[in-house]
Amino acid sequence: MANLRELSRKDELLTGGHRACAGCGAPVAVRQVLKAVDTPVVVGCATGCLEVTTTIYPYSAWNVPFIHSAFENVAATVSGIEAAYRSLKRQGRIQRDIQFVAFGGDGGTYDIGFQALSGAMERGHDMVYICYDNQAYMNTGIQRSSATPRGAATTTSPAGRVATGGKSQYRKDLTAVMAAHDIPYVAQTTISHWNDLITKVRKAFAVEGPAFVNILAPCRLGWQIDSADSIEICRKAVDTCFWPLYEVENGVWKITVKPKEKKPITEWLRPQGRFRHLFKPGNEKIIEEIQADVDRRWEMLQKRCEVGGAGMMPRE
Amino acid sequence: MTGNEAVAEAMRQVNPDVVAAYPITPQTEIVQIFSTFVADGLVKTEFVTVESEHSAMSATIGAAAAGARAMTATSSQGFALMWEMLYIAAGLRLPIVMPVVNRALSAPINIHCDHSDTMGARDSGWIQIFSENAQEAYDNVIQAVRIAESRDVLLPAMVCMDGFIVSHGMESVKLLKDEEVRGFIGGYEPAYSLLDVDHPITVGALDFADWYFEHKRQEAAAEVPVAEVVRRVGEEYGKLSGRSYGLFEAYRLDDAEVAVVALGSTAGTAKAVVDELRREGVRAGVLKIRLYRPFPGDEIVRVLSGVKAIAVLDRSDTFSTMGGPVFIDIKASMYAPIYDDSVYDDSVHGPVRGSTHDRDARDTGARDTTQRPVIVNYIYGLGGRDIDLEQIRKVYERLQAIATTGEAGQCVSYLGVRE
Ligand SMILES: Cc1ncc(C[n+]2csc(CCOP(=O)(O)OP(=O)(O)O)c2C)c(N)n1
Repeated sequence: MANLRELSRKDELLTGGHRACAGCGAPVAVRQVLKAVDTPVVVGCATGCLEVTTTIYPYSAWNVPFIHSAFENVAATVSGIEAAYRSLKRQGRIQRDIQFVAFGGDGGTYDIGFQALSGAMERGHDMVYICYDNQAYMNTGIQRSSATPRGAATTTSPAGRVATGGKSQYRKDLTAVMAAHDIPYVAQTTISHWNDLITKVRKAFAVEGPAFVNILAPCRLGWQIDSADSIEICRKAVDTCFWPLYEVENGVWKITVKPKEKKPITEWLRPQGRFRHLFKPGNEKIIEEIQADVDRRWEMLQKRCEVGGAGMMPRE
Repeated sequence: MTGNEAVAEAMRQVNPDVVAAYPITPQTEIVQIFSTFVADGLVKTEFVTVESEHSAMSATIGAAAAGARAMTATSSQGFALMWEMLYIAAGLRLPIVMPVVNRALSAPINIHCDHSDTMGARDSGWIQIFSENAQEAYDNVIQAVRIAESRDVLLPAMVCMDGFIVSHGMESVKLLKDEEVRGFIGGYEPAYSLLDVDHPITVGALDFADWYFEHKRQEAAAEVPVAEVVRRVGEEYGKLSGRSYGLFEAYRLDDAEVAVVALGSTAGTAKAVVDELRREGVRAGVLKIRLYRPFPGDEIVRVLSGVKAIAVLDRSDTFSTMGGPVFIDIKASMYAPIYDDSVYDDSVHGPVRGSTHDRDARDTGARDTTQRPVIVNYIYGLGGRDIDLEQIRKVYERLQAIATTGEAGQCVSYLGVRE
């Protein structure tokens, strides 16, 4: 269990003064993640909003060693840093214990960066990969990604006169895909549940080998919500079971926050401008289908957690 | 041994901290041999078996930014897949060394030698050194470490060698002793490291219009001393090994009237033809370019200034209808000195260190429009098409005709192709 008082005393490793929008979920996610590490940490970051808002030369918001090289390769870049660390440590040229963390948006993680991510996890580099999932390519102007939920309007999946329903495909369940990599730790969390987030990130850093944590982190512009509502909307994602909080530790699946009462999906959809068109007459069926999909996935997750994994036995 | 074996040996002796690599013909053997060195504990290297060349270069960049001596190797499509990251390696000023076994680019797919792959990145900011044979490939890898890591350079360097011809051809190669290589390259002390957690740095920041240009200007300035460093390292290497290297090799060019310019193994074939022609009384020579990027245009023009007719052999095309890349570079160099100190204001830009410019170059007459040598271009050997002595002899015969008449005729020709 994380303790707020103790966390608030720790140094800010991502300082204020960066240029992210008010209400942006990404820096909140990063600050919480970095609060969870006690050893010195080296950060890698994919191209995207987080990188461009925190490193505008000659300024940097990072109080830790930081590297950005390209959009799709943060996992590979950090693989190289971690390999250098192992090499130099083995040679006795460095003594310190250092942790490695890679941050990528959903675009840089689910889509273009997926290959490098999968490769790095498979090779077993000792790093924590954090996806801050704002469900679209926000930096280039809110284009759909494979993390964009069904029904959301983006600049490349707009709600038009013929296609009235926004994005027609469901989102990719990347957390489950990462669990299938059979790495020591995989988790899904969000910034409204700081305690859940910090506990999971601590576990992710504690394991030897790769860990993946998927953090739902709103983009108020892309989601068309008020800056003040970013945290609240994440709670709704959890309460509606749209974004269940769970972890897969050594193959064992576990729901970490179970909503007392599962709210209807409209509570998550309605406050967001990107879903506005779904509430127009004629689109009722889409909302029903989205609800059915959420229900189906929530059922499946609960079953996985009951058996401790989708047929996967825990490691010794 | 083969060129690949020689390069793998050089890598073993350099003993990098990190190697990240992905197999592709005809480079594959380098990675395979190197992994046996890792498996046998002959190197201290952390070997990262990445899932693609894009990740190979990305991981190498990460390792170099972490203060490690980092290497990778590739060819052709793999090289092309790295392209985005090549610019980033140079822009971040990371002294990575990469052997590249030259191979044609798809489509059509072809595994054999031409220079299309590395020519695609000739303007990426990497140093490019070409090797004629396995011995040179070996020697160049070792020297490249010193060149790239030189404090006034700090740029990545690729060592190119011809696919199959050099990579798989058997030659006798003289190797240095491990401790000689170690002594020559010395230890590596990076200026900055991501692992220096007490002194955090931000690498790869976002530059807007207010800084990007200055940083690119600095990168361009870093290219200027490269030629001087290459020469210095080549001389020092000569003292150690008995094999000295410069920016290029001017073979029997002193009194030559006709000359061929080539990169890589073809220069060796051309030298054999020149020896024959010299016996017949023809004043023929070869210019073998070793340092192709940055391009030592002023020096090249100077050694070619006395020649009447020149044929540049390009093992790749630009598809620009302007001829091959080497041809275009040499032709451009013939018009004016590139670094003209007289128009360069040191007080504004700071001195151009190790400028390749020599004020006297302008006085040789080489740049005078009326006295410039006649120059023609041959595109040859794409996709591994053989080039033989007979073909090169025909080129010299044409050059002799041009030298007498002063008429070039068709400027760009394709040698050894069915038209
Ligand atoms: C190879 C490549 N393709 C496209 C881009 C343009 N690009 C930069 S950031 C970005 C989207 C980033 O989206 P995401 O990863 O979701 O992060 P966010 O901006 O939402 O924080 C794109 C498409 C790029 N930089 N590199």
